[in-house]
Amino acid sequence: MSPVDFLRDLVNPDLAFLPKALLVAVMSSIVCGVVGCYVVLRGMAFIGDAVAHAVFPGLAIAFAVSGNLILGGTLAGVATAVLVAVFSQNRRLREDSVIGIFFVAAFALGIVVISKAPGYAGSLQQFLFGSITGIPDEDLYTVAVTGIVVLGAVFLLHKEFVAVTIDREMARATGLRVFWLDIVLYVLVTLAVVISVQTIGNILVLALLVTPAATARLLTDRLAVMMVLAPVIGGSCALIGLYVSWSWDFPTGGTIVLVLTAVFLTAWGLAPKHGLLARAPRRRAETAT
Amino acid sequence: MNALRVSGLAVDLGGRRVLTDVGLTVDRGELVGLVGPNGAGKTTLLRSLMGLLKPKAGQVEVDGEPVRRAGTGLGYVPQRHEFAWDFPLSVEGVVMTGRTGRLGLLRRPRAADWRAVVEALDRVRMADLRTRPVGELSGGQRQRVLLARALALQPSALLLDEPFTGLDMPTQELLSDLLLSLARDSHAVLTTTHDLPGALYTCDRLVLLNRTVVAAGPPDQLRDEKPWMDTFGVSEGSPLLKILKAV
Repeated sequence: MSPVDFLRDLVNPDLAFLPKALLVAVMSSIVCGVVGCYVVLRGMAFIGDAVAHAVFPGLAIAFAVSGNLILGGTLAGVATAVLVAVFSQNRRLREDSVIGIFFVAAFALGIVVISKAPGYAGSLQQFLFGSITGIPDEDLYTVAVTGIVVLGAVFLLHKEFVAVTIDREMARATGLRVFWLDIVLYVLVTLAVVISVQTIGNILVLALLVTPAATARLLTDRLAVMMVLAPVIGGSCALIGLYVSWSWDFPTGGTIVLVLTAVFLTAWGLAPKHGLLARAPRRRAETAT
Repeated sequence: MNALRVSGLAVDLGGRRVLTDVGLTVDRGELVGLVGPNGAGKTTLLRSLMGLLKPKAGQVEVDGEPVRRAGTGLGYVPQRHEFAWDFPLSVEGVVMTGRTGRLGLLRRPRAADWRAVVEALDRVRMADLRTRPVGELSGGQRQRVLLARALALQPSALLLDEPFTGLDMPTQELLSDLLLSLARDSHAVLTTTHDLPGALYTCDRLVLLNRTVVAAGPPDQLRDEKPWMDTFGVSEGSPLLKILKAV
């Protein structure tokens, strides 16, 4: 299908779900791209994964009682993040073990809850792998407003997040409330995950957080540039991914992730300073001397 | 009036008393070396002064005033490996993070903040590398960036934790010259070090620490071998004591 046909489908009133899906996918990719920069730079990909899985029971319960999905997901994600933070205080267990315990437990709880809800099979599939159909209009607004809140919080707390990331001890010594900043960051990651789950699915959402930011990191040594580049990469890949999945009838979430991965691999090879090609002559020069 | 005055400080770590009745002073214009074996509590002492550990007892005064919030008026230079050097930030960006806590939430750096950053970078002779990503710096340059970050708050006293470790000889020399000139520039400078000959040669005074202050004074008044043997737990034949005699 040519891009022109795709555009035609986008404005076709019979396919009203398509532009909605596109908007939600692009908006959530932008938000994930920005928040993902902290996830990548702090090396907290595993906790990002944990939060992504942990929102599942919240979504399941909200679905079962026909409540607000975003609220349910956020509560579950934050509850898990706080549990991890508290249990990690016990020095005998390392944080990654605690994360491993709680996010699988949360996910298991979600599966049990949703199996008891009506319409089980279809909704489970939808939660895990995402779906572009059946996005209600109000979800568009919820995603937009949540996204603006997340980006606003990032804008306001950016210098604190940076200080905590580069040197926790020093941040604490200069009077920053490190524990609370961690919790706020977990909440932001959770919100970014929750608004993305609809289109890309629970399992694949980690790619939206990590891949665009990691790609941007390969392309620049400047944080400001990275935080612009990551959402641009995420947003464009969401657009291209949706186009490809619509043209060839591929699952949307999976296609978007594969497009992101292709862009990452390209950057890995071709990045101006840190890429494979740029490093090869340097390495040859080093072995020669 | 001492720039930094510590008295009767006691600190527990994991339920065990690590520091007992520590007392020391550092004046403006003075470079003081804090020496002792591993596990003597050197880092613990610095961290308590910065408010990262809560002392069980004791008093800390900065410029003659008891500090209400620990760390006020003190600039801290932690060990280099505590810092995320792969973070995509420029030299001046890192130095500005020294002021983040002071700025307060929701406030952006203003002209005065940038002036303090430029001054601090000038002071450590890193102004020409202002926009360089920190990941590309050498060990000595990294140490100077951390020093500038501490200076960005214009502290009365500087506390440095093992700044010389892992640096080659010429870089160590440059750094100790810099510390001395900062001291002469009316800072009070307290640095831990494992380089005893360097400390004996450069520092105005030494504090020998092992769980408590064993001895303190100018190097030429620390000729007696007993406090060194007590502090470092070495016997009479130790090379350490021979170095002491040679300097």
